[in-house]
Amino acid sequence: MRAYTPKDNVQKKPYYTDRYWVAPQVAKHDVSSDAVFTDDLEAIKAQFDVLEAYIQVDQMVVIINAADNFGVIEMLKNERAYNQLSEMSAIDWLADEGKFEIFYQMLSMSKRKRLRIKCKIDEKESIQSVEKLFRSADWSEREMYDMFGVIVNNHPFMKRILMPDDWEGFPLRKTYPLQGDEFAAWYEVDKIFGKEAREIIGPENRDPARIDRYDTERFARLGHEVPRGTDISNGEPDTPLVYQESEGVFMIEKFDAEKSVVISDRDR
Amino acid sequence: MQQPNRLRPFFENITFDRADNEMILNFGPQHPSAHGQLRLMLHMQQEQITKAHPDIGYLHRGMEKMAENMIYNEFMPTTDRMDYIASSSNNYGFALAVERLIGLEVPRRAKVIRMMLLETNRLMSHLFWLATTALDIGAMTVFLFAFREREYLMDLIEDYCGARLTHSAVRIGGVPLDLPDNFIADLRKFLDKLPENIKDYEDLLDSNRIWLMRMENVGVISEEMALSWGCSGVMLRASGVEWDIRKEEPYELYDEVEFNVPVSDKGDNYARYKLYMAEMRESAKILYQVIDMYAGTQPALMAHAPQYISAPKLDIMTQNYSLMQHFVLVTQGMRPPVGEVYIPTESPKGELGYYINSQGGAYPYRLKLRAPSFWHTGILTDLLPGHYIPDVVSIIGTTNIVFGEVDR
Repeated sequence: MRAYTPKDNVQKKPYYTDRYWVAPQVAKHDVSSDAVFTDDLEAIKAQFDVLEAYIQVDQMVVIINAADNFGVIEMLKNERAYNQLSEMSAIDWLADEGKFEIFYQMLSMSKRKRLRIKCKIDEKESIQSVEKLFRSADWSEREMYDMFGVIVNNHPFMKRILMPDDWEGFPLRKTYPLQGDEFAAWYEVDKIFGKEAREIIGPENRDPARIDRYDTERFARLGHEVPRGTDISNGEPDTPLVYQESEGVFMIEKFDAEKSVVISDRDR
Repeated sequence: MQQPNRLRPFFENITFDRADNEMILNFGPQHPSAHGQLRLMLHMQQEQITKAHPDIGYLHRGMEKMAENMIYNEFMPTTDRMDYIASSSNNYGFALAVERLIGLEVPRRAKVIRMMLLETNRLMSHLFWLATTALDIGAMTVFLFAFREREYLMDLIEDYCGARLTHSAVRIGGVPLDLPDNFIADLRKFLDKLPENIKDYEDLLDSNRIWLMRMENVGVISEEMALSWGCSGVMLRASGVEWDIRKEEPYELYDEVEFNVPVSDKGDNYARYKLYMAEMRESAKILYQVIDMYAGTQPALMAHAPQYISAPKLDIMTQNYSLMQHFVLVTQGMRPPVGEVYIPTESPKGELGYYINSQGGAYPYRLKLRAPSFWHTGILTDLLPGHYIPDVVSIIGTTNIVFGEVDR
């Protein structure tokens, strides 16, 4: 019987991990160690539930309920001077707890502080759009939908952005294989030539290093050139390399290191 | 769908709709002034744009997915392919994010060399921007001049790391090589000539009638719009927001060098053009200071952290334990601590950020690349309506978008 491999996370795994390995942690500091963040956190706590808050690598991380995302970001923008949403996206935790984690990376230019709002939603749950507050969320949320399949409510144009509109599957989910799935392998063949061409063309191979030794349609071997499409499964003739300039070609001379001039310092 | 025949050819790119006189023009993705694979669907009333819909993704390679399946050092050459006009900036942003995650301190000489790489890359990027934008608007001479100077910088970088475009010249924990013998002399020679060169460009462009028509009061971005769209870099500073990450949240040696942050409150194409020119002068100023710092540094180039960074070559060749560690780090990769960071740096295009979520494994659990050009393309949705077709090219030009970075 073939060994079972889990299908909920098909990302590459290290081939060896020491059984006594304990991963160290990046230090989480208490929010009270920074006066600006303390005030911001107080302001959030006054209106919303805060599940957890800490400072990691100089930035405050605040974990809230997913339903509060619009309210918290609106409050931070209007009352706490966080005037830019630098980045937002999701993290796939479906294999561990069946949830997506959404993070909003915010910047306050007047306070020179960055903070991160995080919340978790279930796989089938959707989240409120913050596009009304920051236009930058328009494209970020589309990208998040495109890559993870997280539906965003009240978004003006909830459509794929990087992948083609008729794509199936969400590439950044941990269940999606790096080389693409069945749909990806046939996508271009089906679309350009039609399903009936599948047998002639074959599935798309996404291994960039793949070379078929016997394929004379797409590969040629120097010194063993044969007419295109020849069957060479039983070996091919040796063709000695002949350079045309050895016969003497008009205007072309062989390189002679003695006669050539080397420019050591370009005079510019 | 039209039925094309010899008398009625099939216009692939144009749809005519008689009812409301609206025309949809498809710009790109193979347009020479789209600066890559940008497709714009423009709704037009006569020559005027009423609605713009940028379509991206033609260069999407799934770098974030690739990162989740690679060890940290393996991902470095992939970052080159984001903003391929200034690839050392991308290398640096990634290296810095991993270093902050681990908590590494980089030797001073490595910092000095990184500063030189970052600023030469900024110059290369700005020269490239000037050349291509000027060419789009028809100024062929400026294109040739600026490419000549950029060529000289590419030769310098080639002397340093052997590559001209995809440098991979920064490592996590330092830099791989010391400067070659003539590097500083050559750089100084270039910098001495640069003010003259910039003056040449400005003489050609500043009062050029065509240039002014395409630049002045075209593509005006208000402060609110720039902030709301997540603009950064010159796009933000041209709209009156004084925000340069090198100044406000200094990394590397930017707190030790003197430089100004040029700002304009006009927000139009011309303001952005002037800022690029001013930034080139500031970069030169930084480079002069960094050259002077180099002489006083110790020769160490990589941080000492045996758990994460391979030992120097000498140790690997002579000491068994260093060799073993090197073997493990190359085959299995380093395992940064559990945690997450978001580290922004000021790349030539704007705020380049790396968000890394590490679960203590050899592969990042999630890596988000925050590329400035992504939002600088998005803003075209709101920026283009009201403009005319010839302005589209100059607006795309001054947003300075690079599609390796937009699509990732």
